[in-house]
Amino acid sequence: MGTTATTATHEGGADELVIAGQKFSSRLIMGTGGAPSLEVLDQALAASGTELTTVAMRRLDPWQRGSVLDVLRARGIQVLPNTAGCFTAGEAVLTAKLAREALGTNWVKLEVISDERTLLPDPIETFDAAERLVADGFVVLPYIGDDPALARRLEQAGCAAVMPLGAPIGSGLGIRNPHNIELIVEAASVPVVLDAGIGTASDAALAMELGCDAVLLATAVTRAQHPELMAAAMRAAVEAGRLARLAGRIPRRRHAQASSPMTP
Amino acid sequence: MNVTINGAAYELPDGATVAHAVQALTQATSGIAVAVNDEVVTRGAWSSTPLTERDRVEVLTAVQGG
Repeated sequence: MGTTATTATHEGGADELVIAGQKFSSRLIMGTGGAPSLEVLDQALAASGTELTTVAMRRLDPWQRGSVLDVLRARGIQVLPNTAGCFTAGEAVLTAKLAREALGTNWVKLEVISDERTLLPDPIETFDAAERLVADGFVVLPYIGDDPALARRLEQAGCAAVMPLGAPIGSGLGIRNPHNIELIVEAASVPVVLDAGIGTASDAALAMELGCDAVLLATAVTRAQHPELMAAAMRAAVEAGRLARLAGRIPRRRHAQASSPMTP
Repeated sequence: MNVTINGAAYELPDGATVAHAVQALTQATSGIAVAVNDEVVTRGAWSSTPLTERDRVEVLTAVQGG
């Protein structure tokens, strides 16, 4: 969506993220995995300013007290179920359908991983699941590698956004291939969400400077030494990166360009 | 009748329905979803869907993740 990012805030228009026709004023999508407690998670979500947050679907534990859903509901945050833990398209489709039944939303973060060591997304299974879920009326946000060709195919298949990784889940390695992220942004007409790999605030700012429409992160906040503080940092970074993208950065130059008059 | 619910073995009376399987775990009815043999059974159909011998019942809910 990079080329359509014309709603600069200095023009007075609201600079909103729009996914499947729904508007969000925050461009930071949060995950909930890894938080040491629901209290810490609640404080971090509040500090992040997020309006859309992921949850996973798992077997009901009868002894569990307190629910992540209660935290999201109390904050008025929209829930985005994911299909984490699925290795095949069939598993992911079933998980999405169960999430729709349990949570009353047809939105799904489609995540089909290839192996437990890298947690890298399986492109073939992801595409297969995306086609089936789109046909079933889901708003599909697929988590993918930083592959411009796959991003384009998923958009053509009817996905509401594409979510390329910066680096493997939980790695905190930042954006390993910014060139590919730029290629995805240039070609996409659906929102591009940088998902996974964010380690600290500058990574999130870079994602936005490259033209991503939003950032999705969890571990960088939930496993930080001070999750609430890091959530505030991520919020500021996403906003700063977005503003810088809209402002248009200066070109890189090999040599100096004087900013003061050179003549006496 | 012997069924599995979330991977554990349960013995339910003959004629038991999906609703009975859910009640074996929880009294909650919102925020959860059920699949029997990998097919979703919608909430409105729980009490009218009978279980059969060796059915695999999965009762899922949202947890922290992603």
